[in-house]
Amino acid sequence: MNSAGELVSQIARESRAKLVASLAARTSDIASAEDAVAEAFRAALEYWPVKGIPQNPAGWLFTVATRRLTDQFRKTSHETELTGDYADATTESPENYLNDERLQLFFVCAHPGIDENVRAALMLQTILGLDAERIASAYLVSPAAMAKRLVRAKNKIRISKIPFVIPEAHELAARTTAVLDAIYGAYGLGHDDIDGGTTAHIGLADEAIYLVRTLTEILPHSAEVLGLLALMLFSAARAPSRRNADGDYIPLQNQDPKLWRVNFILEADAALKRAAAMHSIGPFQLEAAIQAVHTARGVTGKTDWGAICELYAGLIELQPTVGAQVACAAALLQKGDIPLARTMLDQVSAVAQSYQPFWAVAAELLIAEKKTQEAHAAFRRAAALANDAAARAYLLRRLPVSL
Amino acid sequence: MQYMLMMYETNEEMQRRNTAEAGAYWGAWSAYVEALAAAKVIVNGDGLQLPETATTLRMQNGKRFVQDGPFAEAKEQLGGYFVIEVENLDQALEWASRAPCAAAGGIEVRPVLPPMA
Repeated sequence: MNSAGELVSQIARESRAKLVASLAARTSDIASAEDAVAEAFRAALEYWPVKGIPQNPAGWLFTVATRRLTDQFRKTSHETELTGDYADATTESPENYLNDERLQLFFVCAHPGIDENVRAALMLQTILGLDAERIASAYLVSPAAMAKRLVRAKNKIRISKIPFVIPEAHELAARTTAVLDAIYGAYGLGHDDIDGGTTAHIGLADEAIYLVRTLTEILPHSAEVLGLLALMLFSAARAPSRRNADGDYIPLQNQDPKLWRVNFILEADAALKRAAAMHSIGPFQLEAAIQAVHTARGVTGKTDWGAICELYAGLIELQPTVGAQVACAAALLQKGDIPLARTMLDQVSAVAQSYQPFWAVAAELLIAEKKTQEAHAAFRRAAALANDAAARAYLLRRLPVSL
Repeated sequence: MQYMLMMYETNEEMQRRNTAEAGAYWGAWSAYVEALAAAKVIVNGDGLQLPETATTLRMQNGKRFVQDGPFAEAKEQLGGYFVIEVENLDQALEWASRAPCAAAGGIEVRPVLPPMA
């Protein structure tokens, strides 16, 4: 009984997404596919201890889930043209090959017709099997609200028939970026944070990494997928050093490399190298490269701010976001180029008034420019905008004393 | 799968019907209809008279409440619609992108309910 239960759990981890994707692909009906797969797993837990574990467990589950779906469709008179499709599936040998349509499922979740705010949640549920409650806690909404969003999104996919296809070549890059942006958002680091997200989002970091790892398997020739994996691994590697034992915020420059996760760094380095070999540079790779330079401090003892500034210049050319420009200004400041840091920061000032990192960098720049009073105001502004108590405390401790 | 493509146009765009650009305006729509027909995707469709010719009715407290003009005052108004039969949303969006008003307005693409019979 235990071994069947363990085997079912293991197969669930490995095959659930493939089963759901395969079953949903024909009708774009993800919810029914998830229900059918859940039923199949329940059936496995019931029958395998008694009848023995089948030769091809995933194939067995697929057949049972398909039969379940066919039964469901027969009960609703609308779907008659589909029962043919599924009836065919049940007469095939149970050893039939389980098509891997997970990539199609990723693209469906991040389809332009799906609200940006629900894409990551969809991936977390349909690919990873997370329930609404788990996802809700990371997004700081109620489980009921998250469940409603997911139902609505799946209805949209089913009713408007978003197809389970891999985008055409001319669209592939943009559609892949949409998938990656969604996963990155779930990781919690927005493109804008300089050296770490708030602790509220760390709860999904492992899951986001798992999603990107899965993508590297099923979309192996995408340099940006590898870039995002590297970016997230470099960041996750440093997670243990972001807070000290008292829970205080530790800025990047003061984080202790001895606490960093070496295995993550090695995997990140390898991923970034593989990406570079594809000669298809993109924003995630550049951001990963910047993180690689930061992480190199663990080996060299110092940060190559010149290299970081160059990388930011490249990133800004590709994708001139406010976040990148603010981070670039911070790097210029660290490098010692105060005038250029000032220029860069002034460039974004008009649109960055509510952007917390802008004020944090502005404050440090004003200190360097010996404008103590303005620095004081900037620190207070940065603290007021911080949504992390530890970061707020840190900023308030930075308030210049000589006032 | 049937989708309704609702053609929304800015007022400026729709007023072209009444100007020297009328030929170009209607020519573009004719070409679009021909393309839909040639691809055998068109189920039905109509152009609509201008929004100022519309009358809107609501029932309030059991009484008719009738107003001159379209349902909502908005920058873009419905200029026409098509119902097309295609395989999935991507194909419907592809046809929507080719509509003459795609740039000067937009197209709402909505799946049609299956027949109630």
